[in-house]
Amino acid sequence: MDLLTPGTGLIIWQAFVFLLLVFLLAKFAWKPILNSLKERETSIQQALEAAEKARAEMAHLQANNEKLLQEARNERDKILKEARQTANRLVEEARTEARLAADKIVNDARQAIQLEKQAALREVKVQVARFSIQIAEKLLKKNLENDNAQKELIETYLKDISVN
Amino acid sequence: MPSFLLIFKRLALLPALAAALLYAPRLYASESTAAGGFDVGEVILHHVKDDHVWHFWDGHYGTLYLPVIVYTKEKGWEIFSSRNFYDEHHNLVEYNGYRMEHGHIYLAETGKPVLDLSITKNVAMLFINAVLLLAVFAAVARGYAQNKGRAPRGIQSFFEPIIVFVRDEIVKPNIGHHYEKYLPYLLSLFFFILFGNLLGLLPGAGNLTGNIAVTMTLAVFTFLITNFSGNKAYWGHIFWTPGVPFLLRFVILPVEIVGLFTKPFSLMIRLFVAITAGHIVLLSLISLAFIFQSIAVGLVSSLIVLFINLIELLVAGIQAYVFTLFTSLYIGMAVADHDHH
Repeated sequence: MDLLTPGTGLIIWQAFVFLLLVFLLAKFAWKPILNSLKERETSIQQALEAAEKARAEMAHLQANNEKLLQEARNERDKILKEARQTANRLVEEARTEARLAADKIVNDARQAIQLEKQAALREVKVQVARFSIQIAEKLLKKNLENDNAQKELIETYLKDISVN
Repeated sequence: MPSFLLIFKRLALLPALAAALLYAPRLYASESTAAGGFDVGEVILHHVKDDHVWHFWDGHYGTLYLPVIVYTKEKGWEIFSSRNFYDEHHNLVEYNGYRMEHGHIYLAETGKPVLDLSITKNVAMLFINAVLLLAVFAAVARGYAQNKGRAPRGIQSFFEPIIVFVRDEIVKPNIGHHYEKYLPYLLSLFFFILFGNLLGLLPGAGNLTGNIAVTMTLAVFTFLITNFSGNKAYWGHIFWTPGVPFLLRFVILPVEIVGLFTKPFSLMIRLFVAITAGHIVLLSLISLAFIFQSIAVGLVSSLIVLFINLIELLVAGIQAYVFTLFTSLYIGMAVADHDHH
């Protein structure tokens, strides 16, 4: 057969087989393959979009978290500050109270001591008076044993009276 | 080291030996007729052309006699083995009123050519190619069914990038948004040519995609699809080219009409020439060894053949790409929404 003149038989076979091949391949190969490829591409596209969305959401959540965290931190600081203040106040109050109680005890003690002291003093005074009177009695008894001394004393008193 | 060299030498000699096995006896047969004892042109042309027998090697079992299917008004349909045209010395003989001359079959009495639908070497190659394509892509499609929702595996993952390449790099950019309708044809075209080219490179294989009948048929399909999909703008552009002065239109019109036919014609010639030329180059290089009757020449030419073979692998892909690319381009021109101002 010649190189440059196409053979009729081969043309007919080629046309027939090739058309059949295109038909069969289209039906049994290209259709399922291309559909699967398209399906996969769509699913990949969707997955990518979903991932992008998730990332944005994540960033949003993170920002939210950051905000919440900041708020919580502020809250904590506030609570700590308040607690510290309360504690300080409580300590202060307790201290004041204690001081007051102590003062009261001290005062009470002082008063009791004062009272005891006065009572003791009074006792001492009474004793001293009693001793003085006893001494004076003894002295008087001794001094006024004679009449002259008695007269002299009367005269002295009389003199004082007359002066007044 | 010397043993390594020896192995290398033997490896390098393999193609030459293969060629020797394939062609040498025929060389002796034609020794008497050709100058220098070896008719290179005859051998090479015999290889690249179609034939009614499939010759693998010489000897009793080396030739596959393919079935002959002929039709004439006088004798109707007839099927018989092409062995009947050969006697025991491989000389052509008449059979049953038919005569074969240079691969063409005639009625012996009147010399009238018959309608020859024989399963020739290329038709057999065509069948092999078609069956291979169906088997491969059925397997690929099965892969998609089996690995649904999962990553591609095996043969599926081998062909997927090629399919996606054809779709996204060849068809989509050239045809535009109507591309899906043409994709099955273009994918079939691409893989038919690719597989045909690669099969043709196998030793002993027929030169299917380097046969002008095959490339012509493919080009005609492209021509038909292109022009049947042509929209108003496409035909308007051909018959009444916009933006051209009135008188010039009468010059443009025949040019455009000739253009209709040169497009598929170029497709036909390009593929035929690229593949056939590659085969001729390979065979010529192998033949050098027999022309010079020298092992040294055979060694060197075998190395070059190895190199050219790699180039041929490249060409196989490029030609499939180019044919599909231009078909897509032509279809794209026919379906494009032109907007001239």
